[in-house]
Amino acid sequence: MKIIKDKQIIEDNWTHIADDAELTNGNITVSLSRWNHEDLNNHQGKVGIRLLPADKVEDITDELNKIPLIVLEFPIFTDGRSFSHARLLRSRFNYKGEIRAIGSYMPDQVFYLSRVGVNAFQLEKPEELAVALSTMNDFTVKYQQSTN
Amino acid sequence: MYQYNDNDQTLINERVTQFRGQTERYLKGELGEDEFRALRLMNGLYIQTHAPMLRVAGPYGLLSSRQLRMIAHVSRKYDKGYAHITTRQNIQFNWPELKNVPDILEDLASVQMHAIQTSGNCLRNTTTDHLAGVCTDEIEDPRPYCEIIRQWTILHPEFAYLPRKFKIAVSGSKQDRAATQLHDIGLHLIKNDAGEIGFKVLVGGGLGRTPVIGKVIRPFLEKKHLLSYLEAIVRVYNLNGRRDNKYKARIKILVRESGIENMTEWVEAEWQQIKQDMEVSDARYSEMKNHFAPHPYETNANQDSSFKTHLAQDKNFVTWVKHNVIDHKIPGYRAVFVSLKAPAIAPGDITEKQLDDVAEMADQYSFGEIRTTHRQNLVLADVKQANLFSLWQKLSALSLATPNIGTATDMICCPGLDFCALANASSINIAKEINEALDDIDYLHDIGDLKINMSGCMNGCAHQSVGHIGILGVDKKGVEWYQLTLGGSSENDAALGQRLGPAVAKDQITKAITTILEVYIKHRNEQEIFLDTVNRVGITPFKQAVY
Repeated sequence: MKIIKDKQIIEDNWTHIADDAELTNGNITVSLSRWNHEDLNNHQGKVGIRLLPADKVEDITDELNKIPLIVLEFPIFTDGRSFSHARLLRSRFNYKGEIRAIGSYMPDQVFYLSRVGVNAFQLEKPEELAVALSTMNDFTVKYQQSTN
Repeated sequence: MYQYNDNDQTLINERVTQFRGQTERYLKGELGEDEFRALRLMNGLYIQTHAPMLRVAGPYGLLSSRQLRMIAHVSRKYDKGYAHITTRQNIQFNWPELKNVPDILEDLASVQMHAIQTSGNCLRNTTTDHLAGVCTDEIEDPRPYCEIIRQWTILHPEFAYLPRKFKIAVSGSKQDRAATQLHDIGLHLIKNDAGEIGFKVLVGGGLGRTPVIGKVIRPFLEKKHLLSYLEAIVRVYNLNGRRDNKYKARIKILVRESGIENMTEWVEAEWQQIKQDMEVSDARYSEMKNHFAPHPYETNANQDSSFKTHLAQDKNFVTWVKHNVIDHKIPGYRAVFVSLKAPAIAPGDITEKQLDDVAEMADQYSFGEIRTTHRQNLVLADVKQANLFSLWQKLSALSLATPNIGTATDMICCPGLDFCALANASSINIAKEINEALDDIDYLHDIGDLKINMSGCMNGCAHQSVGHIGILGVDKKGVEWYQLTLGGSSENDAALGQRLGPAVAKDQITKAITTILEVYIKHRNEQEIFLDTVNRVGITPFKQAVY
């Protein structure tokens, strides 16, 4: 599957494991609750974590240095909590790994998402990747300090 | 007033290009209805009963004559030749076509105007006192702070998808003319015991379905922390505000459900984390204050004697001066209200000719600036007393000199059922009917200071819950009824009106209003305004007379 990462369209090999699905080999992400309740130490491959808007970033800040990928899931594009999550992860908790947006959001939100520190984008409609990439150049000026 | 630099201009130009692309994708079917809705709302574009409605930002209510002429141009070229002033100092066009909106925004951008975040669940236009910088009771001019807040809000990447809309108002004077207690955040410039000027910060006020008066979250905030404190409040709201029910999503509900103590604790904790990095420097404030430096006032303006002569000769001029002209901090100058409440027009409406002519008068008499007020009038804020008579004659010729500011016919009114998709009942027609019933100007002036606010539905766009008399249109099985409240106020003594009784039928509403006024006249003490009489005698005598 193709995604945008660091302003490039690249092939991606991560699998996002649902809570009721078996773990698969390779690089995977799991939900916060599965992360908290399941022993994932023996997994072959990297393990990332998925945060929903209602999750608290404070719950994972002790472990940030061992998380290679944090996925912010959008159940609906109007829920803006993940924007604050990204900002806090980058600015307050100094997270250096990949932050990826997935789920129901618009290519038109990619500019703001990248401003708050999201650096990877997986879209529901892969045909919109080019539009999403181009929106990152919508504005060349800004008023607020933020992550980017 | 604030003049854009290259960055400001680039930003709004790029916004026009962005919205043009989004509109094209929508019209081609590449962008869904819900998605485009969110994007167009953040550019002020609603789809209404008859046509789209475009709301253009009037930043803290301050416009230049050039901008006013552009509004006239837009209303001529793309609309039906008039515009509407809103209760949050913005400007609305009721009849644009969707396909023309990118062009309208481009025209507006050419005079440093935009429609960014005038709607949607985001940080809205910051409003302030329409007499800022000229009133006699000012602690400090709030407009430099408003512009700094405006810039912080525009395209804020973290706060574009809040639980609900978010409105900030700033007052710099002793008398609150910006309804700051009824905003999501209200800021009051105050002087502390040490003589330093800072902000009293209120949170959780609001109108709409659940009117609430804001609570103090910080009694004194140093100026340098203005933006960090706002950011802390909005971040706490973004993360914790309710998203399960749009009628419970405003910050006022979060404050109510969590309690002001908890809310304060969360905000202060958040603020401690960010305050060091977000300080606004003295240099930035002084640079911004330069944009709002006092005009080159004439020092001998009060030497003029013609004003007195005209007052002695023309009774109508006296009446107008008494009601529509207000004191100015510079001797010999006055602030003049341009009444948009002439009988038989929709409150707040202004035609393209009136717009052009007012722009001309602003150039001639008031340093080329115009303010919009939250009671839907205009103000020419810096007029020499020597020019008042000729200004009055010109305004009179345009039906813009109705001497009714602050009286019963200076009503706030929403577009109502005639335009708005949300409304249950018409409001403009009722306003006209009440106007006709109070057409005796002596009677109107005898009643004196009275604020009537009327909304066509419980969303409360016309702030009926804080009207001295509030009128709320409700729908009962397809028939329009009107709920009355008495005793509301949006000023220093902010209060929510009390319900008078059951809703009254459409053909009884004007009678009910005139009955209420008769009861007031019967019970008032000498010099006592309507609101004070209601507060003193209670609503019972009014109730008995109406029902």
